[in-house]
Amino acid sequence: MRTVSKVKRKQSAQDRIFDFFNIAFLTVFALMCIYPFYYIFINSISSNLLVQRGRIVFLPQQIHFGNYLDVFQMPGLSRAVLVSVARTVVGTIISLLSSMVLGYAMSRQELWHRKFWYRFLVVTMYFSAGLIPGYLNINRLGLMNTFWVYVLPSLVGPYNMILVKTYVESIPPSLEESAFMDGAGYLKRLIYIIVPLSKPILATLAVFGAVGHWNSYMDTVLYTSGTKLQTLQSILYQYLNSSRMLADMIKNGGDLSAAGMMAQTNIQSARHTITMVTIIPILLVYPFFQRYFTKGIMIGAVKG
Amino acid sequence: MGAIHLLIKRKKLKPGVKLFLGILPFILAYVIFCYLPLTGWSYAFYDYRPGRQLTDCEFVGLRYFTNMFENPVSRRELLRVMTNTVAMSAMGLMTSFLPMFFAIMLNEVRHRKYRKFVQTVTTIPNFISWILVFAIASAMFSVESGALNVLLKELGIIDQGLNILGTSKHAWLFMLLLGLWKGLGWSSVIYMSSLSGIDQELYEAASVDGASRFQRIRYITIPGLMPTFVTLFIMGIGNFLNMGMDQYYVFSNAFNKEKIEVLSLYTYNVGLAGNNISRGTAIGMMQSAIALVLLFASNMLSGKIREEKVF
Repeated sequence: MRTVSKVKRKQSAQDRIFDFFNIAFLTVFALMCIYPFYYIFINSISSNLLVQRGRIVFLPQQIHFGNYLDVFQMPGLSRAVLVSVARTVVGTIISLLSSMVLGYAMSRQELWHRKFWYRFLVVTMYFSAGLIPGYLNINRLGLMNTFWVYVLPSLVGPYNMILVKTYVESIPPSLEESAFMDGAGYLKRLIYIIVPLSKPILATLAVFGAVGHWNSYMDTVLYTSGTKLQTLQSILYQYLNSSRMLADMIKNGGDLSAAGMMAQTNIQSARHTITMVTIIPILLVYPFFQRYFTKGIMIGAVKG
Repeated sequence: MGAIHLLIKRKKLKPGVKLFLGILPFILAYVIFCYLPLTGWSYAFYDYRPGRQLTDCEFVGLRYFTNMFENPVSRRELLRVMTNTVAMSAMGLMTSFLPMFFAIMLNEVRHRKYRKFVQTVTTIPNFISWILVFAIASAMFSVESGALNVLLKELGIIDQGLNILGTSKHAWLFMLLLGLWKGLGWSSVIYMSSLSGIDQELYEAASVDGASRFQRIRYITIPGLMPTFVTLFIMGIGNFLNMGMDQYYVFSNAFNKEKIEVLSLYTYNVGLAGNNISRGTAIGMMQSAIALVLLFASNMLSGKIREEKVF
């Protein structure tokens, strides 16, 4: 008995040291993840002049919301918000429609040459024509500089299709057959029986699909030009770069006139503010879609 | 459409065929967006000039492929880009054990609410775009008013702000750290879920035998997570060259381009930004070919190690 208690005491001392370093490390990393968001937020609502001097570190000072009003006056920003929202909504719906229909059909044994078509879809995960052939293809299809270039490629989503198929296969066949007896066609069965039963997987795919669309940026770079189809992400990037350019200009040209400084301070605050506008939707849905994490990892993990 | 309708009615198609006709539009989307682009590979064999028809351009055979290696300038470029790609990919693979350790550390926190808090907070960066990461990095590290430089100047450690974003020095490391910041929490989620699959009786039995906490981690937790780690590692090998270009596109500038340009970004810079479609396509094809070899290799490896192929 004595030895056991000795071991236990020794353990707990070691344990406490372990716990201390463990929690210390995790806390530091957690702060590293959260502080930048907080920093940008307090900088977006503090006095622009203090922001320019890098004075806002822990708490906001001279709080004002003028920057938020200002950025929405900026040419193109409201439109960009609209484009971002539209592509997110339409793109997510299109992607859900495709993966639901295909996933359901692939779960049906009687589908004409099911095995072949399943492989035909799944194999697209393993090859890609590449960046430039993809670009040429979009060009040839006449999708350049159209809204469709944002949303139509979402029709392709082999991972999602597999997830839906696996999910539908777990639904007891008797549920579907009872409707079959009543002579309902595939479409009716899909809409009235399968879709309601597949809500959990559809919600997962919707949430991840929406975040993907909101964050998407390369398609704007590759397939659009001009301001008509700019998204929030591309406006933000443009602004981040232009402010750096301006800062360099002022630095190199030595133009430290009041007007130049003014422009710079406002650009910096505007930068923080647009960043916030772009992040806020993600942060708002975040608590909601945490529920789907465990299902979501399947999206990354499922292969074939 | 009417004719098809009539056909279906008259011939009384089997249900399986009917179903197929129903999903045909969606299958066509895969053809259009995945298979059709493959025809674009033909551009690598012509001397394509924008604005012209491909058939009006000169057929050059493998010239763009051989040029890549024979022309000393482009060979040097390619070598540099490959070095960047391989180095950053390898660094990513070498640090791929970190999410597993992070999950173990998180698992050792007894306070449930705190554990949940850390997990929630560290997962957020995964869901923001690289543009937003760039915005955050600019806010943190910019020379004049970035939080880090202000802090260091305040403490008197430096007089001149560090230009972290605008230097090729340690660019690989910086990219790696950004990737870890963004992905560590999220990548650990999969390990968190495999942790719950480890038989709790093993821990109890180990405690009875007097195993210390480290011993339990060493002999139960880590072996329990190994299959997940090996699977992900092998997949990582398969995707060795397929680094998304977002991160590198967003962070590259005139100063760090040397070190940051990876293969996919190089393809973009040559083919689209540099308007040399044929050469860009050739580089992309070479990348695809190597990627395919790696994919098969990783799949074979997976077959050997886990006796289960990924596809």
